[in-house]
Amino acid sequence: MAIKSYIEAVTDALREEMERDESIFILGEDVGVRGGVFRATAGLIEKFGEERVIDSPLSESAIVGVSIGAAMVGMRPVAEMQFADFIFPAYNQIVSEAARIRYRTKSDWTVPMTIRAPYGGGIHGGLYHSQSVEALFHHVPGIKIVMPSTPYDVKGLLKAAIRDNDPVLFFEHKRCYRLIKGEVPDEDYTIEIGKGDVKREGTDVTVITYGLMVHYTLEAAEVLEKEGISTHVIDLRSIKPLDKELIIEGAKKTGKVLIVHEDGKFGGVGGEISAIIAEEALFDLDAPIQRLAGPDVPGMPYSPPQEKFYMLNPTKIADAIRKLAEF
Amino acid sequence: MSKHDYKELGLTEEQVLNMYYFMLLARKLDERFWLLNRAGKIPFVISCQGQEAAQVGATFALDKTIDYIAPYYRDLGCVLVFGQTPTDIMMSAFAKPGDPNSHGRQMPGHFGGRKYRILSGSSPVTTQFPHAVGAALAAKMRGEKSVAYTSTGEGSSNQGDFHEAANFAAVHKLPVIFYVENNGYAISVPLDKQLGNHNTADRAVGYGFPGHSIDGNDVLECYKYTKEAAERARNGEGPTLIEARTYRLVPHSSDDDDRAYRSREEVEAAKQKDPILTFAQYLRDKGVLTPEKEQEMNDSIAKAVNEATDEAEKAPFFDPEDALTHVYEER
Ligand SMILES: Cc1ncc(C[n+]2csc(CCOP(=O)(O)OP(=O)(O)O)c2C)c(N)n1
Ligand SMILES: [Mg+2]
Repeated sequence: MAIKSYIEAVTDALREEMERDESIFILGEDVGVRGGVFRATAGLIEKFGEERVIDSPLSESAIVGVSIGAAMVGMRPVAEMQFADFIFPAYNQIVSEAARIRYRTKSDWTVPMTIRAPYGGGIHGGLYHSQSVEALFHHVPGIKIVMPSTPYDVKGLLKAAIRDNDPVLFFEHKRCYRLIKGEVPDEDYTIEIGKGDVKREGTDVTVITYGLMVHYTLEAAEVLEKEGISTHVIDLRSIKPLDKELIIEGAKKTGKVLIVHEDGKFGGVGGEISAIIAEEALFDLDAPIQRLAGPDVPGMPYSPPQEKFYMLNPTKIADAIRKLAEF
Repeated sequence: MSKHDYKELGLTEEQVLNMYYFMLLARKLDERFWLLNRAGKIPFVISCQGQEAAQVGATFALDKTIDYIAPYYRDLGCVLVFGQTPTDIMMSAFAKPGDPNSHGRQMPGHFGGRKYRILSGSSPVTTQFPHAVGAALAAKMRGEKSVAYTSTGEGSSNQGDFHEAANFAAVHKLPVIFYVENNGYAISVPLDKQLGNHNTADRAVGYGFPGHSIDGNDVLECYKYTKEAAERARNGEGPTLIEARTYRLVPHSSDDDDRAYRSREEVEAAKQKDPILTFAQYLRDKGVLTPEKEQEMNDSIAKAVNEATDEAEKAPFFDPEDALTHVYEER
């Protein structure tokens, strides 16, 4: 075991996978000589050469489209979107192509491709360097979406994503990159995509969340414990497929559910989770399902007080849990 | 009439007859689609008619044992050359099992098939361009000698993916051939409203590789230029852009009425330059297409089209619930 940062877990997973399988290569803006603007691919071009760590033109649709073509003929590309905010030029390639190629050929052609994209706010990024974009992909059958919160989960899930025979969107929270550290085993392991994880056992309120919000929720739970409120924290880790079993079990366990995500509320992942609970566990509930999410405005402002206002934090989450506990 | 001498291009009598065979087969299958559509038996047709020379000439210049093609919806001629059979094509027209493109899931003309080395295509135009570049990138990384060929219409050449793919391929000097079948219309929109520069091959200069605007009604010219492009690609010299100037002889699709936007005189004039008629005459003049050979070919194509139609018409559909399969890998 070693203590690693979230971003080190990304780099380690990439390096180990590339050592294991020659068909894996990296394609993205500034991923080579610079090692990525966040340095997630640091050291990889030195180790694997510019053939396998490709500094691509500034051209997101090509990064994804070329990766799709390479994946179809037997490669395993790991494409990087420099920021999740800039994934939209590639939206057509992801939604119309990557997500549908297996279906439209009955698995004659497949796209074993991973797209990594740093997302999320609280880093002074303004409207176009802070977004959570998962809801815009969540609706799309044919892709998987992973949003890990810890170094351990990052490494196991990124390896699983790269080995997966379907396209996987792998969203990494920028704020977690250097803030979050944790134990990561030295030996090779993977985590099944679509399986959530209970990050804290509790009995009064169940919080279902993912990404950076897992950490904020755990901080809130610490505070609330001192007040005598016990919080059950589910980290979804993957939002597509969703771990329905864990969600229903968590809802039944406490009868009070709070869904937390940084992304905007309307049409967000929380709506789907709450519908699942309403369909499968309504009579086990003791309170209406609550959602705590980002405000429904077009983006996160750059102005520091406004950014702070937009972002969720442990206090806002603690307040929402407390309210639910008292219901 | 072709201005090229097939022998000078290194082609044999048998090869040029074969080219003609595939052009005619594509045409006859296509004509059958329209009959079936008007009889209410198949819901949709998108045609190759008028563009067979551009398609067959180009794909004849490729090596179907190692190259990949990412064609667009009109490229019936291309996929026949790459091995799809009349039965495959009719199964696709009827959306029946046995459709190698999509197993009945996509509209006809959305070609594909791993065993034929045809990448799967979709409806949003030009999305196949970066895919071909990806296949070419993979070939280069693995040290393979294969070439990736991709085609689209002149209207579709205005998509961002055209530019992104061309630039990417140029930067990495990838073995890819970009092929534009310029038939003068994008549904109803003519060249004047579609392109500031009617010659899409001129764009190649901007990307840093060669571009050629050629006579798309001359199958030998299409062969010649694609052959050169393929050689360049195999020699590691990078991509080539080819624009084959041609004409769409029928409406955009079975749901279109082209009388709304082009004159009958214009269409009639284009029919005089029908690449199938002109190539047949060329081959007759050269003494290659004898009356006996022509009869034999017409008979065998008619038989193949009839048999394929019957087989596809009689075949059962997939079960409705089959629609739920192959969303993700099934283990
Ligand atoms: C992205 C996208 N926009 C619109 C369409 C609808 N559409 C299908 S074909 C077509 C015209 C294409 O014209 P062109 O590229 O010249 O090819 P042609 O049909 O003439 O061979 C249009 C507008 C589409 N399929 N995809
Ligand atoms: Mg056109």
